Amino acid sequence: MIHFDRHARRKLLSHTIAVLSGLAVIAVLYPLVSIVYEAFVLGGGVLFQAQFFTAVPPNACSALSCQTVGIGPDIVGTLILIGIASGISVPVGVLAAIFASEYRARGLGRAISFTADVLTGVPSIIMGAFIYGYFVIYYPTIAYSAYTGGLALSAIMTPIVVRTTEEGLRVVPNSVREAALALGITKWKATLRIVLIAALPAVATGVLLAIMRAAGEAAPLLFTALGSNLYPTGLGHPIGALPLLIYFFALSPYSNQVKVAWGATLFLLLLILIVNIVSRLLIHRMAVRMGGT
Amino acid sequence: MDPLTPSSPSSSPVPQSEAPHRRTDRHRWGDRVFFGLVAVVGISVITLAAAIVGILIYSSQQSFRVFGWSFLWGTVWSPDSNIFGVVPFMAGTLLTSAIALLIAVPLALGSAIFLTTHAPRWLRGPAGTAIELLAAVPSVIYGFWALYVIHPYMASTIEPGLHQYLGWTGLFGGTAVGLDVLTASIVLAVMIIPTICAVSRDTLLAVPQAQKEAALSLGATDWETTRVASIPYARSGIIGGIILGLGRAMGETMAVTMVIGNADRIPTSLFSQGQTIASLIANELLSNTGPLQVSAILEAGLVLFVIVLIVNIVARILVWRVLKVGGGVVE
Repeated sequence: MIHFDRHARRKLLSHTIAVLSGLAVIAVLYPLVSIVYEAFVLGGGVLFQAQFFTAVPPNACSALSCQTVGIGPDIVGTLILIGIASGISVPVGVLAAIFASEYRARGLGRAISFTADVLTGVPSIIMGAFIYGYFVIYYPTIAYSAYTGGLALSAIMTPIVVRTTEEGLRVVPNSVREAALALGITKWKATLRIVLIAALPAVATGVLLAIMRAAGEAAPLLFTALGSNLYPTGLGHPIGALPLLIYFFALSPYSNQVKVAWGATLFLLLLILIVNIVSRLLIHRMAVRMGGT
Repeated sequence: MDPLTPSSPSSSPVPQSEAPHRRTDRHRWGDRVFFGLVAVVGISVITLAAAIVGILIYSSQQSFRVFGWSFLWGTVWSPDSNIFGVVPFMAGTLLTSAIALLIAVPLALGSAIFLTTHAPRWLRGPAGTAIELLAAVPSVIYGFWALYVIHPYMASTIEPGLHQYLGWTGLFGGTAVGLDVLTASIVLAVMIIPTICAVSRDTLLAVPQAQKEAALSLGATDWETTRVASIPYARSGIIGGIILGLGRAMGETMAVTMVIGNADRIPTSLFSQGQTIASLIANELLSNTGPLQVSAILEAGLVLFVIVLIVNIVARILVWRVLKVGGGVVE
């Protein structure tokens, strides 16, 4: 009798934990659902207006007019900043990863991969602060510009590109390297034309995820890119970016600006979520093809 | 020449081997250049880390000259009288991160256990991906959402309730306005759950099947198997994941800046307005009163960098230890 009771109690405890852990998942996922829902409800209306992607952001409401217009300059600004950041991070990150993965026997390779790993955890605001600290002293005329904004974003992207590329290279079987070298091809050609090509899908998704991470960063741009409501005229001037626009307009007391911020939020959110989901599916499919688990 | 007879270098005439030699040299030359290139670029990653430290140290010199080490225990931050101490922001950073961990750890571990043990197989992949997507949402969007969804709810319902029933603890004193340490901590918790959950799930998956089956074959229930077989094995990795989450919480900027209320003083209750080091940098680096304040802010940034660096190194070592044992996924 007692035996049966104890057994029932243990079973009950196990089932209770199962239910509680299921509830935890629901609680954890609630914010994701809520954010997407709110972004659609509050930002859907403005996002699907034709001029939203081309017009400049609205001024504060006055007694005369209260327009909700677009996010054009900030889309262009984000593209420019991402372009500069990727132009630095992709070659640097990929080559550093090649060193860390293909010349691994040397202790330096491990040091680089550990440094990159630790750098991915450095707060993004620190990346902005150190770029600001350097440029404000040495090159104050371009302290607030697309250059510094792009550099700050590249400091965030580079470690991510290093890590994802390195993991992609590591998945390529050693037999591929040996087969290439056995044919008499030099190591650098084997690395660039065979090993890197084999790892290319993984490298490309890694780069894409790094770009999405950088596209959503506002903190390092606050005192580098600075933000602007006008279309950029040159790389040496302050430049707008979507996350900066969301930050400034989210705190605005004017309803038209808040509405534009929600539209930008929905746009950025959909972009990031879709790219993330698609690249995860690609990684999964590739892992299956490579015979991984 | 007989291919089976190895020829010593001295016996082979120079002209004959000249062509293959040149070829090899050219190959070696290409390899050397490539090696040099990737090595230089690789080292530049380490240089980046060194540059961050170097520039932060250099630009905080002025503040260090004025305040010395007392910057670290100065409790006053007053731009008007040019007195700067980092304690109010250290307090804000540590308090918000600690509360965020208190909220996040049970939920993240519960989710990890559900995803590895209790969830039906078809649900594991999609639910895991959905939690990982939470990590991809930009900080500024969390802040915006918190400002418009969590903040009104905190101000109207949760905080008055806490004040009424738990006000005697002293934690929930003051006026509940919803833009305070507690709201910031809740947003932080939401933001670090995916990190803790993903690492815990990976380390729980690294537990050898045989170890779980041994527990099950002794008649253990699912929970008992998790408790006696899985968690002890994955413990160091789970703790690593929690510390990784802590590192992320301490450096998180935009969302915190938008809901913490931004007051340069030590919080006295969970309903106090406060400031973390990260939100201090975001708020005051441009709206400063002079070079001394800029220098002090960058010194605070250096303090944050060093803390997060230590936290991250400890976390990585713990996580790598479990995953290395569990089949060499990472190493």
